[in-house]
Amino acid sequence: MASREDKIFGILGHMVMIALSVCALVPIILMLISSFTDNGALLRNGYSFFPEQWSLGAYEWVFQSNSGTVLRAYGVSFALTASGTAASLVITTLLAYGLAKKDLPFKGFITFFVFFTMLFNGGLVPSYINYTTVFHVKDTFFGLLVPGLLMSAFSALLMKSYFVTSVPGEILDAAFIDGAGEFTTMLRIAVPMAKPIIATIGMFTGIAYWNDWNNGFIYLVKRTDLYSIQNLLNRLMTNIQALVQNASNVANAAEGLAQIPTVTVRMAMATLGVLPIVLVYPFIQSNFVKGITLGGVKG
Amino acid sequence: MRQKSKFLRFIPVYVMMLPGLAYLFINNYMPLPGLVLAFKKYDARKGIYGSDWLGFQNFLYLFKTSDAWVITRNTILYNLAFIVVNTVFAIAVAIILCELAGRAKKFYQSAILLPNLISSVIVGYLVFAFLSAKNGFVNNTILPFFGKEAIAWYSEAKYWPFILIIVSAWKSVGYNCIIYLAAILGIDHGIYESARIDGASKWQQITQITLPLLRPTVIMLTLMAVGRMFYSDFGLFYQTPMNQGALYSTTNTIDTYVYRGLLQLGNISMSAAAGFYQSIVGFILVLGANMLVRRIDKDSALI
Repeated sequence: MASREDKIFGILGHMVMIALSVCALVPIILMLISSFTDNGALLRNGYSFFPEQWSLGAYEWVFQSNSGTVLRAYGVSFALTASGTAASLVITTLLAYGLAKKDLPFKGFITFFVFFTMLFNGGLVPSYINYTTVFHVKDTFFGLLVPGLLMSAFSALLMKSYFVTSVPGEILDAAFIDGAGEFTTMLRIAVPMAKPIIATIGMFTGIAYWNDWNNGFIYLVKRTDLYSIQNLLNRLMTNIQALVQNASNVANAAEGLAQIPTVTVRMAMATLGVLPIVLVYPFIQSNFVKGITLGGVKG
Repeated sequence: MRQKSKFLRFIPVYVMMLPGLAYLFINNYMPLPGLVLAFKKYDARKGIYGSDWLGFQNFLYLFKTSDAWVITRNTILYNLAFIVVNTVFAIAVAIILCELAGRAKKFYQSAILLPNLISSVIVGYLVFAFLSAKNGFVNNTILPFFGKEAIAWYSEAKYWPFILIIVSAWKSVGYNCIIYLAAILGIDHGIYESARIDGASKWQQITQITLPLLRPTVIMLTLMAVGRMFYSDFGLFYQTPMNQGALYSTTNTIDTYVYRGLLQLGNISMSAAAGFYQSIVGFILVLGANMLVRRIDKDSALI
């Protein structure tokens, strides 16, 4: 039996949440609508939720008339996200599996070695000098893949506690006594039991790779062909000409620029940049929420 | 003998852990000696170790400029504002969501969480669609509606504290509220039952039961945030104001300063000094916050 007060609270609650949901979604909707607006109309009336004239011009331009700059960046983003997430999960799982071993010699020291990276951070300058002068990742795909993103101590420790609490050591020992090697034991027994945490960490890693613009921003100087979609977007914000300069016929740059629906093309590309996330969002949402709760307390 | 055979038995495990440990070594430990750059005059040809020592000169220069004060103030004040605003909103939203049920609740939660998944670059684009001086939605539609003059948002520093706080809330309230939601759902339902039997109103239940019981979570999360107070979200502070020079007085933080010094101005020594300052004070804050957390609740502490 709901009292009158409960009802009022419920109605107010719905009203507040509808307002907040609208606030959360409105910028994304504006981006979407602008990407389908005629460039001229947008320049005349500004960004609008009710465009004077709709147009597919921006998308046509993105997909047809720029020697594939945008599509290549899109491809780089997908390749980066896939390879980064896979590599990250492999090394994180291997490390977490070892850290979870009960009687591993030097475990305390190794755990501290991992953990300390969460406490102290040398910052951008030493890291940049290390990666550029020792490892020469500048202008390579590794510059996008490796710095900062490949593994986080936090995920490794999170996965380690999952192994400790949800994968009984006795089962692993039994498999070991039966003659299975350490690697087989992990692959056949521990990994299947830890699927939920692996999926969660993989999802967060994938989102981080897809959304990352920082590495390309810092480490890609000349090789603009290695730009991910985020890097291209970042470049275009200040310099729409980059799109034409990247195209093969540099001589016709000015002419090419005149044909670009400059404002709407940016919004079309931003929409394409968000699209994969929005498409997978309904499927990962509950897992995402679980992950936040899991990491939130310590995160 | 036993110890040795035990060690041998674990060799495959060490091999398995090696890639992850090697990565942490490369990514987190190898750069550390580079911190000495803060005390040197960096010369790329001579390398880190060959460059000449300057003692504390870089720091003297850094703290003589108004930059040091501005970036420290901005970093700390923005963090404080984010902590207060985002926490208050997150708790309010969590309390409301808890009372609602079914598909609507799931929709609201999905909607407010979505901004968290959007990259900073695209957030910059979204803000630009609203605030662009010539074409922006605010200048073209909202301000004329109220009969106000257009505002050149990207050259007026005074508006940016509000803009950045709104953008930060837009991005993180959905995320933070999930943690509080989990905490509220963990509260024993019987307490509310008996309060209701005693005639407590909804508002009384919130102020007398929910909020007091959320206090440990709030304290914990706030302390964690205080531990990170010397760090800022580089994407938020670089992309949202579009790196506009006119806005530096209210948008420059330690992270954006270090970045610009290193890669745009080529002022590596100053950058290194600011980065060193951030690392050390940041480390002290993390340790301090953790010590406090530990005193309150041992399980929630990092160390």
